[in-house]
Amino acid sequence: MITSAIIPRPLAKLPWRLIFLVTGIAMFGFVVLYSAAGGSMEPWALKQAMVFFIFLAIAVAMSWMRESTIKAIAFPLYGVTLIMLLGVEALGFVSKGAQRWLDIGPIKLQPSEFMKPAIVLTLARFYELVPVGEIRKWRAIWPALLLLGVPAVLILVQPDLGTCIVVLLCGVTVMFLAGLPWWFFAAPAASFAVVAPIAYGFMHGYQKKRIDTFLNPDSDPLGAGYHIAQSKIAIGSGGIWGKGFLHGSQSHLDYLPEGHTDFVFATMAEEWGLVGGVILILAFAAVIRWGMQVSTNARTRFAQLAAAGLSATVFFYVAINLMMVMGLAPVVGVPLPLVSYGGSAVMTVMLCLGLLMALERQQRTVSRVI
Amino acid sequence: MKHMRITTAHQSITFSRRMMLLGGAQAAVGGLLIGRMGWLAIAQNEKYQLLSESNRVQLIPVPPRRGWIIDRNGKPIAINKASFRVDLIPQQLVNAPQVISKLQELMNLPPDEVDRITRELSQSRGFQPVSVADNVPYEQYAAITVRLPELPGVAASQGFTRFYPAGSAVGQLVGYVGAASAAEYEKENKNPLLLIPGVKIGKEGLEKTLEPVLRGEPGGQRVEVTARGKLVKELDPKPDRSGGTVQLTIDSDLHEYAARRIGDQSAAVVVMDVTNGDILAMPSMPSFNPNNFSDGISQNEWKMLSQDSHLPLVDKALESLYPSGSTIKPSMALALLNAGVDRAQKVNCTGAFQLGNHTFHCDKRHGPLDMDGAVVHSCDVYFYTMCLRVGAEKLSPMVRSMGFGEKFDLPFETQRYGTIPDPDWMMRKYHRKWQGYDTVNMSIGQGMVLINPLQLAVMASRLATGKRVIPRLIKSKPVAPQTQLAVDQDHLDFIRKAMWGVVDHGTAAAAKLPLNGIQMAGKTGTAQTHNLSAGERGDYTAANWKLRDHSLFMAFLPFDNPRYAVATIVEHGGFGAAVAAPLVRDTATFLYDRPKAIAALQAFEQSIGGTLAEREAKKEAAWRQANGLPPLPAAKA
Repeated sequence: MITSAIIPRPLAKLPWRLIFLVTGIAMFGFVVLYSAAGGSMEPWALKQAMVFFIFLAIAVAMSWMRESTIKAIAFPLYGVTLIMLLGVEALGFVSKGAQRWLDIGPIKLQPSEFMKPAIVLTLARFYELVPVGEIRKWRAIWPALLLLGVPAVLILVQPDLGTCIVVLLCGVTVMFLAGLPWWFFAAPAASFAVVAPIAYGFMHGYQKKRIDTFLNPDSDPLGAGYHIAQSKIAIGSGGIWGKGFLHGSQSHLDYLPEGHTDFVFATMAEEWGLVGGVILILAFAAVIRWGMQVSTNARTRFAQLAAAGLSATVFFYVAINLMMVMGLAPVVGVPLPLVSYGGSAVMTVMLCLGLLMALERQQRTVSRVI
Repeated sequence: MKHMRITTAHQSITFSRRMMLLGGAQAAVGGLLIGRMGWLAIAQNEKYQLLSESNRVQLIPVPPRRGWIIDRNGKPIAINKASFRVDLIPQQLVNAPQVISKLQELMNLPPDEVDRITRELSQSRGFQPVSVADNVPYEQYAAITVRLPELPGVAASQGFTRFYPAGSAVGQLVGYVGAASAAEYEKENKNPLLLIPGVKIGKEGLEKTLEPVLRGEPGGQRVEVTARGKLVKELDPKPDRSGGTVQLTIDSDLHEYAARRIGDQSAAVVVMDVTNGDILAMPSMPSFNPNNFSDGISQNEWKMLSQDSHLPLVDKALESLYPSGSTIKPSMALALLNAGVDRAQKVNCTGAFQLGNHTFHCDKRHGPLDMDGAVVHSCDVYFYTMCLRVGAEKLSPMVRSMGFGEKFDLPFETQRYGTIPDPDWMMRKYHRKWQGYDTVNMSIGQGMVLINPLQLAVMASRLATGKRVIPRLIKSKPVAPQTQLAVDQDHLDFIRKAMWGVVDHGTAAAAKLPLNGIQMAGKTGTAQTHNLSAGERGDYTAANWKLRDHSLFMAFLPFDNPRYAVATIVEHGGFGAAVAAPLVRDTATFLYDRPKAIAALQAFEQSIGGTLAEREAKKEAAWRQANGLPPLPAAKA
């Protein structure tokens, strides 16, 4: 918030610190995409910039939404997204192949992306409705499990393991903050150790291979381990200061696969080094911290849970992507928000941030009213 | 209710506590990520920088020029000849099938070559050329060069092919080169050099055994390449180092002369310098033309060579073994003298020798002969008698010390050393006792006695010098010190005189040198391969070539001050004096009077139907006709 006599009040009331941070990250992303294209605005940087600014505008516009409106749309948004997920599934069944999006005229809608903010809002709304004393009861748990489980399974069978994991983690975070008993989180963690090998058996070949190569990337350096190996080479060879803008050989000579999407961080780190990487990580940390602060300052339970869940969405995006790129997690196909090329990730993150801005504005307005 | 009130407060405490926990976990993950990145970018920076460089920079090996093989006077034996070649650069190809069919039309490519090119194209990485043809005639090269603009992806360039000026005369000596086989590629740990079109490695003979020296160090064009093999830019090249030149002790003129003088016989000639053991000539004929092998030999040519009864694919100087026949006699005589036999004692030759119930023959009835007469006239009965008297135990060591059965360290993969038998050996090998007839057989170089032509030349050298002459082929190798042989100088002088007598008035009188002041000493040999009747021996045209006797001759010259030793074995040549001795005579003449020797050669070649190349061409044409193949196009480029 900027207080100045010159700037009109509605503008001055915008959360400028967040907008600057997000725009800064996105701009850095354009620079990286420009380099990844071999020093050209085409085909990625320009398009990404357009998408970003459109969604930034939408996010800013969303910040005028009232908390009551958000509450009201929580369940319907969830319902519509779920139907779209089913639609994708049906379409995939018809076309006999993996299907992740719906073609609606000129745009491709990826419903699993909408599910990330939708699950957060729905669970926040659900736990707001649960009476305080009931929180440790079974009836506070099973509806949430159902709300989370159904879309998670639908996304998993698409198959989109990355999005499924992000959705699950977002939902679990909200449930954790809602105050569900410890055993609820401890028990699955313990059972994971048991179930993981069995689940592994049900995975698709390429998913299995990704986990294999994560556990031992050198086992197949030219096959499935290639992504991780080349990504580590790009980051490691960048050193502290990087090879310089437009001088990343790994990305420019195509040794780094997906250098403009999932592995954009490696492209960046090769040219900007550890310094660029740390700055980017700190910028994301600041964005997430801003979101967590909105949650801490929130006065309603819905706002608390929703704000924390939405920040967690951004956090999981960033954390999973970076862990994957640096060889700390299997390659699951999660993009780096705002930097990776692709509209849907930008859309999801900007929707989350728009909702966060709305909740933040609400805090100020409500505090003034009270 | 009490419970209700506490939980409301409790809920808010739980939320803030869990928010702190979540924030802490997020910060921890952030810390972990920064730590991991620091580890990769600082601690492991060097390792990853290396990996990144090895990704970025690829080396296109530039084959080194193969080293020359030259003779003792610096005359080339194996050199590299500029040749034209056509390759395809896969990443520049726009329409491969169209380009290939155009090339097929321009270059007359056979269908199986087109198949090979198509297959190699589909397997190649973008910047590695695929060979279309080697050693392209200039007209085709020119035809392609002018059409290059309409043939994107085709590269016509100049390369090098191995060239042997003496052709088939040096075939057995140098061997040949060829493209590496899959097994050879595996054996060299997948050396990328071997995959380059046009790179040839030694396959046989000196080319193979001298490969480490001849190959050289490949250079390389360092290029920046994308992951898909597209060339981005060329970096500074790494220069190649040509293979080393190898100088042989061979005198290529002499070698070629001897090869041609062999004519249509199947024979090997070895000429040595007795003073240092240098092998001056070692042709084995007939041979293959190594030039044909360097461009890849055709199926038919290979078939023709392997079906030839004269075995052109075998180096007869080192790989073939023959009974020594009477050439063993000077060494036997030395052994007899050593054992105390009186050289003046005479043995009466009646033309036959009875041992037990078997009769051994002599080629004629010589009458009473002393040792000198027995050597000069090559009387078998004398040696049967004397050798039986002395015993094999005292004979074999002397013959061996003269070089028979001895192994020599020469740069060839396959050499056979033969046998000089003795009673111990007989027991080891055949588990039977040595018998008198074994001594009789050995005394005239028959039976178990087997030698190769090089050993025959070594024996002549050792008889000439009385020293342990050791053959040498590579000029840079040190001359082996020649130790004195355990023979009496007086015995040696006697034997030399007897060998002089062989050429002067004995069995090899036809081999007298047509030179003033230079006299040759030698010994003929006729090695039986089958028991032919005397009648058949008298008229060889009646007998099958395969059944005829081998014809041998060894000699040293000049008699009074030995410098050279010459030996030859002519397979199924017949009587030693008739074929082998004149061959040695002309070869020895060449050492002192080239014009005279060449005149003799020309007359000889005229009598047998033309020069070596002419006769080889005729032979091939005849073979092709006999096998129902169309004649070859006139004169290869």
